[in-house]
Amino acid sequence: MDTKRDSESLLDADLLQRSLQKALHKGGEFAEIFVEDRRSMSAIFDDGRVEELTSGRSRGAGIRVIAGETTGFAHTADLTARGIETAVESAAAAARSGKSESASVKLGRENKNSLKVEKLPSTVEKSKKVDLLSQANEIARGQKEEIVQVSVGYGDSRRRIQIANTDGLFASDDQIRTSFSVSCVAAGDTGLQTGRESVGHTVGFELFDEIDIEEIARKASQRAVTKLGAVPAPSGEMTVVVGPGGGGVLFHEACGHGLEADLVGKSASVFAGRRGEMVADPMVTLIDDGTMPKEWGCYAIDDEGHPAQRNVLIDQGRLTDYMWDYLRARKEGRTSSGNGRRQSYEHLPMVRMTNTYLEAGTSTPNEIISSTNYGVYVAQLGGGQVNTATGDFVFGMTEAYLIEDGELTSPIRDGNLIGNGPQALLDIDAIANDFAMGSPGTCGKDGQGVPVGDGTPTLRVARLTVGGTAA
Amino acid sequence: MAPQLYEWHASQLVERLLKMSELLEICEQIVNKAADNEQIEAVAIYSRETEVRAYEGEVESLTAAESQGVGIRVVKDGRQGFAHAGTFTLEDLIETLSEARDNLEFATPDEFCEIAEPDGVEPVALNVYNDELAKVATEEKVSMALELERCTREKDSRIIGVESADYSDSISESAVVTSTGIYASSKETGCSLTTYSLAEENGETQTGFGFSIGRRLEDLDIERAAVDAVDRATRMLGATKPPSGRFTVVLDPWVSAQFLGIVGGTLNAESVQKGRSLFAGRQGEEVANSSVSLIDDPTDPAAFTATSTDGEGLATRRNVLIENGRLNQFVHNSYTARKDGTSSTGSAIRGYSSTPGVGVQALAVIPGELSPVDLIAQVSDGVLVQGVSGLHSGVNPVSGDFSTGAEGLRIRDGELAEPVREFTIASTIQKMLSGVSGIGNDLQWLPMRAAGVTLVIGELTVSGA
Repeated sequence: MDTKRDSESLLDADLLQRSLQKALHKGGEFAEIFVEDRRSMSAIFDDGRVEELTSGRSRGAGIRVIAGETTGFAHTADLTARGIETAVESAAAAARSGKSESASVKLGRENKNSLKVEKLPSTVEKSKKVDLLSQANEIARGQKEEIVQVSVGYGDSRRRIQIANTDGLFASDDQIRTSFSVSCVAAGDTGLQTGRESVGHTVGFELFDEIDIEEIARKASQRAVTKLGAVPAPSGEMTVVVGPGGGGVLFHEACGHGLEADLVGKSASVFAGRRGEMVADPMVTLIDDGTMPKEWGCYAIDDEGHPAQRNVLIDQGRLTDYMWDYLRARKEGRTSSGNGRRQSYEHLPMVRMTNTYLEAGTSTPNEIISSTNYGVYVAQLGGGQVNTATGDFVFGMTEAYLIEDGELTSPIRDGNLIGNGPQALLDIDAIANDFAMGSPGTCGKDGQGVPVGDGTPTLRVARLTVGGTAA
Repeated sequence: MAPQLYEWHASQLVERLLKMSELLEICEQIVNKAADNEQIEAVAIYSRETEVRAYEGEVESLTAAESQGVGIRVVKDGRQGFAHAGTFTLEDLIETLSEARDNLEFATPDEFCEIAEPDGVEPVALNVYNDELAKVATEEKVSMALELERCTREKDSRIIGVESADYSDSISESAVVTSTGIYASSKETGCSLTTYSLAEENGETQTGFGFSIGRRLEDLDIERAAVDAVDRATRMLGATKPPSGRFTVVLDPWVSAQFLGIVGGTLNAESVQKGRSLFAGRQGEEVANSSVSLIDDPTDPAAFTATSTDGEGLATRRNVLIENGRLNQFVHNSYTARKDGTSSTGSAIRGYSSTPGVGVQALAVIPGELSPVDLIAQVSDGVLVQGVSGLHSGVNPVSGDFSTGAEGLRIRDGELAEPVREFTIASTIQKMLSGVSGIGNDLQWLPMRAAGVTLVIGELTVSGA
């Protein structure tokens, strides 16, 4: 165990309690102080050399004061009593209810959390991190002569957070994430092509006991080389099979964002008012789970102090619930689902996904592919985007193949696919038994990025529009 | 021996309102610690922001924010190390400098790795700072956000809601000081209104956004933002999926600016040197239609990203990237310039938490003579694209493959016709540049590193039904 991990509180209970009380006196009905201390380390190997190592540290507090429908928010990098006091004043000034609450705030004992980490990255010598990079570079370059450029990235971060609010909540978490990625460029008669593979977990340096960097390097370089022989992607509506792991992005965009209660509450989601309805075939069960051990989007408590939860969003085809943060749950008189997250102390929390995944089905991947006459097989997805109000979403393919007569044939060039969320859910007609989690992602919403995970088994959508250039 | 830092007094600088001289002072004190055999570069930023979000006649949130940060780069024997911190306390600055020094020990030596040196180019005087903005009362900002929300909501009976209506402003200052003699600073103000409307008809919802940006409150136009948001949403009502096929595509300024931004991203010397640009080795060649001239000019005060100095503290300048269709030059920072035996084009881009990259800062094509209406009149069968999605997932700037989700209006016989959505447009960056067949006279600077103009591009693949 990591005995070196200090567990000293970020701010002391007295200061927090006094500051919260002050926020109420100034007219707030609810107040919260979010304290964060983040350290990060990254290393980049590019163009044949260790280009740079970067260390970073940031810390500060974000203060939220709510009165009526209004949230006042201020943040400060000054964690002294004076800094906090000033920020409380500016947040409270924004949320003026006219009344002054004299109710006292009583914080109990700090509920200290931390997910288990075996090797705290900050205790690992930098030279060890750098060695991984050059090792991966050599493997990637050694694979094929077509590889002309390789970039390898290492990153670790430790994010300590502490939350106290006027309901008496007082909790902290210590989140450690480690990631590794390899990107390759291959050159051939058809120009340049790229291949990338990345892995990231909410763990320490033990990540490298669990993963094989040789395999990551090989996958990235193979992907780039394979695409040198890629044909233009087809254009138009067709059947799309998504391979294990990658398909999570599809759900993240097709319905995940649309199930976030803040968007639902503003009627900015096509899934508003549809709880209890069948939205997909009964084989579809979709879960958002912030408790999945080690996954990229997991944590002990969210950024509002609520414990992470496993939330079933779609249960055998039926829409069961949305995802909630404190503010949206409060309006509905219910509890948060542990989905209140923020990029940093400089941001207001909002409803965000954690690890979103589709439960495995019963078909085999082979059955699904061999029963598909013509279409596209997407082995790796490259991100996506959705307009939750219309439901229209896109996702990119960064490794894909044509399916012809039930077999994978030519690799195809990069492109986007487009569909409409509710329709795409209804069009899922096969799910395999080969569940896998995908690559670590960063989900962006309203300018804030947070780490998320996703996963799926192989699945088939009867109809999506593939945005290629081939007739 | 590393110099000691104990005589610093930077901890006194955590004041509510830092002055430019203080940012420079922080940087200077760091840089003064440089040993004889090392170079140090320090950047520091400080900004204050206000954001007001209105919803259904009330203030949903009001944010008063202060941000600051410092980045320290140390170069010694061709190796660089970097570290950054989000605070200016003495303890953090000491740790940051020592981390940067430690980090360089692990880098591979590179003969071109050095901190930039003054190059004798005088920065242009840019008036991008407006004192008045700092004095505007919060009440006034709040009322603008509320008015924007009300105005958007009441414009059309089909508007069922306003997802968000925001007022925001920022006052920011930055400084770069190096042990090689660079001593640069800049400050700027900006404010904006942004609104997202929801329109509904026959159970179908469409969305649209509108905005207005400026450096002073008086620059902001509530009416214009509201009208744009409402028009963009209501004209999409009843949209269907177009058939797949090859069409002439007209990109509106909002979309063309994003496309040009991607093109700009391929024209930086770092990508070229590292073999990641599709334009590597093509200098002097015809890469676009001869009507296309692409200029990166951060000294143009009309650009919202205008700046007199770049991320390394060198003067920015006007760079002609593509001239009459011919690839003229790439943009450089001091590192890529040294490597290519040329001089920096003042194109180092960075935040305080990263080392200087290279990129365009204020990109625009030279506008044409025809109005958007005249350009559309020449298209017999095409699509006007007013919005794109998934540029980050469907465009590969290395291979040049371009595929993006889109929405807009059909063009039939030179006139705008029915709305279309849930389709993609696809081609390659190379073919799109060659295929430019019309450039509008409607150049407008947008809240990004590029300006937009109506662009007509022949023969793109539209994938729909």
